[in-house]
Amino acid sequence: MVAKFDLNDDSIVVIIGTGAGGGVLANELAQKGVKVVALEAGGRYLPEDYINDEWDSFGQLAWTEPRTTSGDWRVAKDFSGLPAWIVKAVGGTSIHWAGASLRFHEHEWKAKTHYGAVDGANLLDWPIDPAEMEPFYEKAEAKLGVTRTGDRPGLPGSNNYKVFEKGALALGYKDVSTGRMAINSVEYDGRNACQQTGFCFQGCKWGAKWSSAYTDIPRGEATGNLEVRDHVHAARILHDDKGRASGVEYFDKDGNLQMQKAKIVCVAGNSIESPRILLNSHSAMFPDGLANSSGQVGRNYMRHMTGSVYGVFDKPVRMWRGTTMAGIIRDESRHDPSRGFVGGYEFETLSLGLPFMAAFLDPGSWGREFTSALDSYENMAGMWIVGEDMPQETNRVTLNHAVTDAYGLPVANVNYTDHPNDVAMRNHAYAQGAAVYDAVGATRTLPTPPYPSTHNLGSNRMSENPRDGVVNKHGRAHDVPNLFISDGSQFTTSAAENPTLTIVALAIRQADHIAGEISKGNM
Amino acid sequence: MATKVSPKGLTRRQLLSRATVAGASFVVGTGFMAARNAAWATELTALKPTTFATLVQMARDIYPHDKIDDQYYVKAVKGYDTADMAEEIEAGIAALDAAARGKGNASYLDIGWEKDRVTILRGMEESPFFQKVRGGLVTGLYNQKAVWPVFGYEGESYSKGGYIDRGFDDIDWL
Repeated sequence: MVAKFDLNDDSIVVIIGTGAGGGVLANELAQKGVKVVALEAGGRYLPEDYINDEWDSFGQLAWTEPRTTSGDWRVAKDFSGLPAWIVKAVGGTSIHWAGASLRFHEHEWKAKTHYGAVDGANLLDWPIDPAEMEPFYEKAEAKLGVTRTGDRPGLPGSNNYKVFEKGALALGYKDVSTGRMAINSVEYDGRNACQQTGFCFQGCKWGAKWSSAYTDIPRGEATGNLEVRDHVHAARILHDDKGRASGVEYFDKDGNLQMQKAKIVCVAGNSIESPRILLNSHSAMFPDGLANSSGQVGRNYMRHMTGSVYGVFDKPVRMWRGTTMAGIIRDESRHDPSRGFVGGYEFETLSLGLPFMAAFLDPGSWGREFTSALDSYENMAGMWIVGEDMPQETNRVTLNHAVTDAYGLPVANVNYTDHPNDVAMRNHAYAQGAAVYDAVGATRTLPTPPYPSTHNLGSNRMSENPRDGVVNKHGRAHDVPNLFISDGSQFTTSAAENPTLTIVALAIRQADHIAGEISKGNM
Repeated sequence: MATKVSPKGLTRRQLLSRATVAGASFVVGTGFMAARNAAWATELTALKPTTFATLVQMARDIYPHDKIDDQYYVKAVKGYDTADMAEEIEAGIAALDAAARGKGNASYLDIGWEKDRVTILRGMEESPFFQKVRGGLVTGLYNQKAVWPVFGYEGESYSKGGYIDRGFDDIDWL
C-alpha cells in the first residue's frame, strides 16, 4: 500500500530526488521502517513508456529547464543552455545511465595522498577508507545485478565490442572485457536478460538494466513507508531557529507552493540542482546558503575527463546493435605519472544513433569533412573515454540571478575549465584510443569532444575537516546535523570510474547511518 | 547540379536535360516546386521560388550527402516557408546572393562548383542566418527517419526483439 503522509508530519525523512542516490536511499530507509517522502521534479515513466528514438526520448526524459554555462569547456560554446544530459523523471538519471558498474581503485579514495599537490587543483582525500566500502560495494553489486560480480556471468560481446577488443589486445592491453554491467546477462531479480536492443541511454524497455524507477522505488512504496510525490519542484530547505532543517518548500503539480515538514532532509538532485537548492535556501542565519559556512557549496564541480574516439573501417560494424557500453579497457586506469598526468582513465564502448552522431560528433562543424564521416556511419566503431578530472575551486555551480526558472528561482550556472592535467590525460587517451582502432585497420579516426555532462560530481563534497567541504563521511552536512547529501555531489574526487555504483553504495551506507542515528535517538 | 534553378533561365545543361527527360528537376510554377521525377513536390506559401531553391542548395552545401535526394533537404528547410520567417530568410538569401555577386557570379545558384559556394558560406558562417539554417539542419535533416537507411542506421529495434537474434555480433571480417 502506497503511503500518504501529512504535510505537517514532522517525523518524516524528506528526500529530494529519486535517482541512483535518492531512489535507493528512499527504499533502503523504507525497508528499515523509516517514513519517507520523496520529492521528484519529473513524472513516472516505466519500461513500456521508454522510446527507442534519441530525440523523442530526450524530449520525454531529459532535464531541459534553463541552466547557463561559462568557462573554457567547449560545451559552454556548443550547448550553452545544456551543461548536462541528465534525466527529470522518477528514477532520475538511473533511467539513462549506461550501466557500467566499476568500483573505485584503492588509490582513488586517497587522491591527495597518492598524487601529491597538483598546482591549481583542490585535491583532497575522501574521509572514507576503501576497506569500509567493501561490504557496501558488495550490497550495491547484488542490488544492481552487476555482471562479473558474485556468480553473475558477463554479457556477450557485440560487433562494436569485438572491434574494440581486437584492437586493445593487439596494442597489448590485458584488462579487456565486456565489463561489469548493471545489465542482466541472465534473468535476475525479476528482471529480463538483455536482448541486445541498443538504446541503453533511452531507458531499457526490457528492464534488463537496473534503474531505481522500476526496482527500488516500487519496492519502497510497497512497504507503506514511502510516498513519492512526482511533478513537484523543490525550491528550498527551511530551518528552525537552532539551525536544523525543518522542512522543504516545493511547488506542486499546479504550481502552488507547499511545505513538507521534516525530521531529516536528504538532497539528491544531482550535482547541479543539489547545490542550487542549498544556495537558494539562504536565510538570515545562513546568508551564503545552507550548509555553506566553508564557502564550498557548488565548488569543485567535476564532470570527469571525457571524450570519444570513433574509428571508420572499410567494412560495416553497425555499432548501434547491442548493449551500448558493454566493453571496457581498464589498463589506463592506473595511477602512473610517467604518462604526464596523475590519475587514470577507462575506455568503454559507445555508440550513438545517427541523429545524435550528427549532433555530437563535432558540434558546429559542417561541410564534406563532417558529412564524409557520417557517410561512413555504418562502418564506425565507437568508444568513450572517462577519467579522473581534477577538483578546482573555480569550477563551480553558482546561482545566475539574471535568469530564472518557471517558478522565478535563479537558475544554476555551471562554470568549468579543464585543468592542464585533464587536457594531458585527454590527449593521451585520444592517441591511445585511435591506436586501438588503427590496430584493426581503421581508415580514419575521429577524436570527438566531450558531450554535455552525464557524470556530475563534487559540488557538495565530503571532507574530514569542515573547512574543506560540505559534508562528512556519511554525507551529513558539517553545519546542519539533520541535512544529508545523497547523490554524486558528495564525491570528494571523481575517480576514473562511472559513478553510479559508488553513489548506490554510499546511499546504502547512508541509510544504515541515518536509521542507526534515529534508533539511537540522535535525530 | 541538375537541381539548380537559375534566375537567368535554364542553363545549357538544363536545356539539354529538358530535351532528353522533358524537364529540369525543379519545375518552378507560381508558388509550386516539384522534382521532375515526382520524387517530391512542395507548395510555397511565403518564400519566392528562387529563394527556396537557393535555400535548398545552401542546405546541401552545408551538409552534402551525395546519396541523399533533394526531397530530404527540401523537407529539412520547408519549415522556413512561413509568413513569420519569410522576411528573415529572404534577407539571408539576398545576402548570400550579394556575396556571390561580389565574387563575380550572377547568384549563389549560378556557381557551378561546390567548393566555390562553400567559400561564400565560410565567409558568412558566423552570421545568425547561417547558424540558424545549419543548426536547424542537424535535426531537420538527420532526424528524418526516411534518410536513416541511406546511412545504414536501423532505428527502433525493441519491437523486433532487439538484435539478440538479428546480428548484434555478426561481424565477419575481423
